[in-house]
Amino acid sequence: MTMTAQTASLATPVSKSLRRKRIRGSSIAVLVFLAMWAAFVSIPLYVVIVTSFKTMDQVALGQVFALPTEWTFEPWRKAWSEVCAGMTCEGVSHGFWVSMKILFPSLLISIGISSVTGYALALWKIRWAGTFLFILFLCAFVPFQIIMIPLVVLISSLGIFGTIWAVAIVHSVLAMPLLTLIFRNFYKDVPEELINAAIMDCGSFWRIFFEIILPMSANIMIVVLILMITTVWNDYLIGLVFGGVGTQPMTVILANTVITSFGEVQYNVDMAAALLTAIPPLIVYFAVGKFFVQGITAGAIKG
Amino acid sequence: MPEIEFNNIVKRFGRVTVLEDLNLQVDDGEFLVLLGPSGCGKTTLLNMLAGLQEVTGGSIVIGGRDVTDLDPKDRGLAMVFQSYALYPTKTVRGNLKFGLSVQKLDRAEIERRVAWAANLLQIDKLLDRKPAQLSGGQRQRVAIGRALVKNVDVFLFDEPLSNLDAKLRTEMRLEIKQLHQELEKTIVFVTHDQVEAMTMASRIAVMNGGVIQQIATPDEIYERPANLFVAQFIGSPAMNTLKATVERADGSVSAVHAPTGARIDLSAYSFSAAPKDGDAVIVGLRPEHFSIGCNGHADAGAYFSLPVRYTEKTGSDVTAFLDSGDGGLIAVRFDHKHHHVPKMGEMVEIHFPKDRFDIFDAASEKRI
Ligand SMILES: Nc1ncnc2c1ncn2[C@@H]1O[C@H](COP(=O)(O)OP(=O)(O)O)[C@@H](O)[C@H]1O
Ligand SMILES: [Mg+2]
Repeated sequence: MTMTAQTASLATPVSKSLRRKRIRGSSIAVLVFLAMWAAFVSIPLYVVIVTSFKTMDQVALGQVFALPTEWTFEPWRKAWSEVCAGMTCEGVSHGFWVSMKILFPSLLISIGISSVTGYALALWKIRWAGTFLFILFLCAFVPFQIIMIPLVVLISSLGIFGTIWAVAIVHSVLAMPLLTLIFRNFYKDVPEELINAAIMDCGSFWRIFFEIILPMSANIMIVVLILMITTVWNDYLIGLVFGGVGTQPMTVILANTVITSFGEVQYNVDMAAALLTAIPPLIVYFAVGKFFVQGITAGAIKG
Repeated sequence: MPEIEFNNIVKRFGRVTVLEDLNLQVDDGEFLVLLGPSGCGKTTLLNMLAGLQEVTGGSIVIGGRDVTDLDPKDRGLAMVFQSYALYPTKTVRGNLKFGLSVQKLDRAEIERRVAWAANLLQIDKLLDRKPAQLSGGQRQRVAIGRALVKNVDVFLFDEPLSNLDAKLRTEMRLEIKQLHQELEKTIVFVTHDQVEAMTMASRIAVMNGGVIQQIATPDEIYERPANLFVAQFIGSPAMNTLKATVERADGSVSAVHAPTGARIDLSAYSFSAAPKDGDAVIVGLRPEHFSIGCNGHADAGAYFSLPVRYTEKTGSDVTAFLDSGDGGLIAVRFDHKHHHVPKMGEMVEIHFPKDRFDIFDAASEKRI
């Protein structure tokens, strides 16, 4: 009230107060939207978290929003090492290690190859580079489901179907078009004179890559790492299709755990298993998330 | 013996022809400056010499060896770039060393060369810094150092001073000139700045539109420009050019500038091809050769009395722009100690010495 009284005495009171009101109106809309979105995400999350700490006796009461009357880590322990997925009963821990074993080769292959390809496309004069880029661009938008069955045939003929390598290689290959485009876009901002200087100094494709270009790539590496870790870790379909017995990633084990039940459904254990599966990407986000934004916005050369 | 030869060089980008049948020779130990306006093909020519761009046609010879199809690193050249192009993640030392590590030199020799270049360019205290921690002038020195350590016979510079402020540019100009005198290596230096060219070059190749207009010493370029383009590109303010008609009468040659009615006495000019009566010519008059004031000179070949449009003062020099009657301006430069600065609209009398004209054919724009 005092605010409007003050502005009224100014030269252009009407327009000023109008603009202020409009800002307030739109920010209310934004706040409402954000609040709804937050509720939409956090209410189920809250239920999952509290349920994972409840005893089965309390779960059976059906009060999903109630806090645990008696906090217990038992569901977490069971989920990690005892719960049954299909025939085997060794918890999601086995899946965790399988996921890890899939993750590292996937990262290495996909980032290794696509960074070099992106570097070659961006900084070396390559015949048909434009055409190649366009094809990559198209490939990046082909849904996995369309090529899934031919891929199964292909991978089987390589004799690695059902192994960790099958899952890792499929992940790498599918990620490569997008990653190559990301790397190429990053490297094309490297000044032409810089690469010319390196060519005159040394001329070796690999030495220039490892000594000059790669050390400049920290920002984009973090972006690509986070991108790949989350896609590979959260993937279900590729792991389900290409993983065999004992080589299925954590997400597949989780799903099997939830499906498999003997008698009473152990909601608390299921929730704990789900949380265990979701935690690793979260840790990555918290650890390097702030570099992610920095990496997306920064170019190859600092100011 | 020429160190570098460009033979019938053609360069096309798709259907655009940048250079057509260009020939150029650079002598051993020479400081050759490629001078021309932006976009005339200087960088393209230099990059082809360095091997960074392929020639469409023709051949390049360095030190008697045909290098047309050789990789850049095998051509025995070092280059300094306009943006310095230092490796951002390497220290100054790392920048200097990178080009040496492929030359299979032993460690002691590498250290010796780095120390030598660092000492020569006074960057010894900066060796452990990253490029981002250096000022523009320091980066420039490192870029030169990176070329020097390679101990090659030919150095290429592509507008290396254009990112420096005026004071640093003057300093670096002198330093590069001194380096050339000390090292006695061949230098090809690209610039669009005529002052750089005039002060540093042992010879200047003036380029325009992908064509070399004239190759000569700075004095020759200034005194006897081969055509109108060179005449107007060199000198500041630019040479005045008046369209005039030749009149021959009983042995004397003169040219009449119709708008001012001035008769220009060409009897002291040594024509390479004598013009006929009635020929259209362009008479070039450098602003700095005029004398101003009413005390007439015996050797004056042209006299004008014209109103002042405006004046520009730069330190001790004044440039007055006089209305030449046909909408054009005649620039006159003089020292304001010798004559007061004229006011706008004031009539001033100017004389031009007989032996200082540059005469060009009006159609071909070539010197006659
Ligand atoms: N990669 C390229 N593709 C097409 N045209 C080019 C390319 N590089 C240079 N050019 C053209 O060649 C001409 C000469 O360029 P450049 O050698 O850079 O000029 P300068 O260095 O004298 O300013 C310019 O007109 C430019 O547009
Ligand atoms: Mg250029």
